[in-house]
Amino acid sequence: MDFQVRVWRQSGPGDRGRMVGYDVTDISPDASFLEMLDVLNEKLILDGDDPVAFDHDCREGICGMCGLMINGVAHGPERATTTCQLHMRHFNDGDRIDVEPWRAAAFPVVKDLVVDRGAFDSIIQAGGYITAPTGAAPEAHATPVPKADADAAFEAATCIGCGACVAACPNGSSMLFTAAKVSHLGLLPQGQPERDSRVLDMIEAQDAAGFGGCSNAGECTTVCPKGIPLTLIGRLNADYRQALRKS
Amino acid sequence: MDLDERDLYELGGEIRDAAAPDGPIETRWERRQFATKLVNPANRRKLTVIVVGTGLAGGSAAATLAEAGYRVRSYCYQDSPRRAHSIAAQGGINAAKNYRNDGDSVYRLFYDTVKGGDFRAREANVYRLAQLSVNIIDQCVAQGVPFAREYGGLLDNRSFGGAQVSRTFYARGQTGQQLLLGAYQAMERQIAAGAIEMNSRHEMLELIVVAGRARGIVVRDLVTGEITTDFADAVVLASGGYGNVFFLSTNAKGCNVTASWRAHRKGALFANPCYTQIHPTCIPESGTHQSKLTLMSESLRNDGRVWVPRVSGDSRKPGDIPEDERDYYLERIYPSFGNLVPRDIASRAAKNVCDEGRGVGPGGLGVYLDFADAIERLGRASVEEKYGNLFEMYQRITGEDPYLVPMRIYPAVHYTMGGLWVDYDLQSTIPGLFVIGEANFSDHGANRLGASALMQGLADGYFVLPNTINDYLAAGPFEKVDAASPDVVGARAAVQERLDRLLAIDGDRTVDSFHRELGHLMWEYCGMERTAEGLTKAIGLIRGLRDEFWARVKVPGTGEQLNQNLEKAGRVADFFELAELMCIDALHRRESAGGHFRAESQTPDGEALRHDDDFSYVAAWAYGEKPTLHREPLDFTYVHPSTRSYK
Repeated sequence: MDFQVRVWRQSGPGDRGRMVGYDVTDISPDASFLEMLDVLNEKLILDGDDPVAFDHDCREGICGMCGLMINGVAHGPERATTTCQLHMRHFNDGDRIDVEPWRAAAFPVVKDLVVDRGAFDSIIQAGGYITAPTGAAPEAHATPVPKADADAAFEAATCIGCGACVAACPNGSSMLFTAAKVSHLGLLPQGQPERDSRVLDMIEAQDAAGFGGCSNAGECTTVCPKGIPLTLIGRLNADYRQALRKS
Repeated sequence: MDLDERDLYELGGEIRDAAAPDGPIETRWERRQFATKLVNPANRRKLTVIVVGTGLAGGSAAATLAEAGYRVRSYCYQDSPRRAHSIAAQGGINAAKNYRNDGDSVYRLFYDTVKGGDFRAREANVYRLAQLSVNIIDQCVAQGVPFAREYGGLLDNRSFGGAQVSRTFYARGQTGQQLLLGAYQAMERQIAAGAIEMNSRHEMLELIVVAGRARGIVVRDLVTGEITTDFADAVVLASGGYGNVFFLSTNAKGCNVTASWRAHRKGALFANPCYTQIHPTCIPESGTHQSKLTLMSESLRNDGRVWVPRVSGDSRKPGDIPEDERDYYLERIYPSFGNLVPRDIASRAAKNVCDEGRGVGPGGLGVYLDFADAIERLGRASVEEKYGNLFEMYQRITGEDPYLVPMRIYPAVHYTMGGLWVDYDLQSTIPGLFVIGEANFSDHGANRLGASALMQGLADGYFVLPNTINDYLAAGPFEKVDAASPDVVGARAAVQERLDRLLAIDGDRTVDSFHRELGHLMWEYCGMERTAEGLTKAIGLIRGLRDEFWARVKVPGTGEQLNQNLEKAGRVADFFELAELMCIDALHRRESAGGHFRAESQTPDGEALRHDDDFSYVAAWAYGEKPTLHREPLDFTYVHPSTRSYK
């Protein structure tokens, strides 16, 4: 398969950046999107050009390192799929494909398609944990957890922190990311003691990190590779109101 | 080129694990902890520990050391500590809780692990691992790890290869992710408290040894390219395994041996480098563009049945092949363990049937993993509940629906049992350098059982290291490191020179092209089956390719920017050196054990044949012009080495 790929090139945070077109030829339909970029980079290197910088690591959809805007859609056209798990068989021979980095105020561009998502870590630092120092744990079966709660907590906990939700949101909001963690921990009995402070502190941290507010556009859940549902934002809001009342 | 094995390495003296207590195995860990010196909480604030890597071992160690009051500085090459490759572990974590009342115990987990490792691991370490396994589950549940549960609200378990009890705890097919997020969140809590300073997008490129002690590291900021030094009272390497020497593996693309290899060059012994685990259930290669291989969790073998056509060259679709023309070869050869034989055995069996021409799919390099019986027996919903995300992943990659057509699987490099040599305290041969998780060699012998990597990483990080490191740190704080000392200046200059040299070659081949070729060589000659002839040939080829690399590699850009090819080039340069040592180790071990199969050493029916009289030792290699072999004899007083049988 052959493609005309236009890639966002930006040498660093100070550069304005621009789209640059490349012809990428002879790509197997079984190649992943990142393998297509590998082929492009091998060619650029041998031609003496600067290869395209992009983040990736596990290439099996779980580390959350990769993430590209492909034709304007975070992680591209396939639902519930990370960029690394998107295969070229989902495109047509000869397609023009635009590739851009996540664009959000809280995720500044480092180089080309690489952005800084450190702001996500700062939200977790504010309260995305259960305080349980090593060694202090009771026997695991001391507290049974209803299966429905455990399953729901697991679903929320599958968030990979890729940032597609933020990139897709017209406001650059991290609400789905925060809601996933608040829900994961808030659904478990172990998470109850810090439930109120957690939601208040994490919301404060996401505001401080430069993420926008949530206006329920729902774009986040549409692009989420793990299908984190929008209902978790409602859950977060309920927790938040309750915590405010108590505080 | 003709190479004589005797010219490839020197023989050194025997070594012993001086930190290991003797006496009854049940109380060794307790006695070691009691004998360990303690550090008073007020003094811990004055002591700094560097932790390299933020996977299960590094993340849990950093969090626990910080909770104890030490000052911790943590490093990872990813953009966040949450992304370390432990996150990709799918199947589960073993623990001897015996919640199923099926006869499990600490002793049985210990026994299974020593046997699974083909009697090439230390008894004392493995026993401690089995003891701590139960604490890990408690700890993770307290942190909010959402393990799978039954309707009564209690934890669910499943079976894994190499065991006849059900002791594996899991969170669907994402157990590693959930455990890692637990450790990551504990870390982030300490980062917020100011107890851990986190440096992501930084790569350790050299170890700093001063007056015989590990005192710091040289790191490169991967965004700015700046080279800096960091000093501490102790250094902990939790930098993972070296499976990417094969280029294609189930490891993340960034996984590398550099931190371990740099420490090895500075004097840390490297143990059993030839013990690599080839995982039986991976998605087969689809073409030359392939950049990595994807694992399908071993847990699939609980319900999936492995088969190939009975006769070679049968090109019918799987559904058209009648039951009596299929060979469920694992069930046939190993009736008591069936599809749940350990990984090394399942992988080699797959290779054998493919070598016979009975492989399926493109190139004949694949076998079927069939869920038709399970779907009929349990119903599709139940199969989906257990394995849904794995089935989706398979379909996404191959474009085939495994609910309708059997999966095609083939073995791929997955885990490395070898690593830096450590004693019972997890301290390397360089005082003050501790090595934990996959980066060390200690607990899995020649073959790791499924669901044991997560157990070992977390045992090391949450429970072992935070106790044993006190014994070393009790003698600190050590004298302040002089940044102008020759040891520091030299280490830093060596890093700079190497980077400059890589950038200056400006040749005509890319880093990846060399890495692919090296990987192909290793798979061919140091993969699932090894021979003296092949290994000797490989060493010559590796040397030639390494010289070519240093003459022809082309690394674009400069060192003062984000330069992903420069990062790769440094890692591949170290893989070349490691590859040679792996082949030498494999060549010297003229027996088959676990993941190391020497064609010259097999039973009449093709099973691995150990030679306990000659090779019941850990091979610990010292770096040098020629590597020097130090043997650590292995004693078995509890589990008597026998021929491993799963029949």
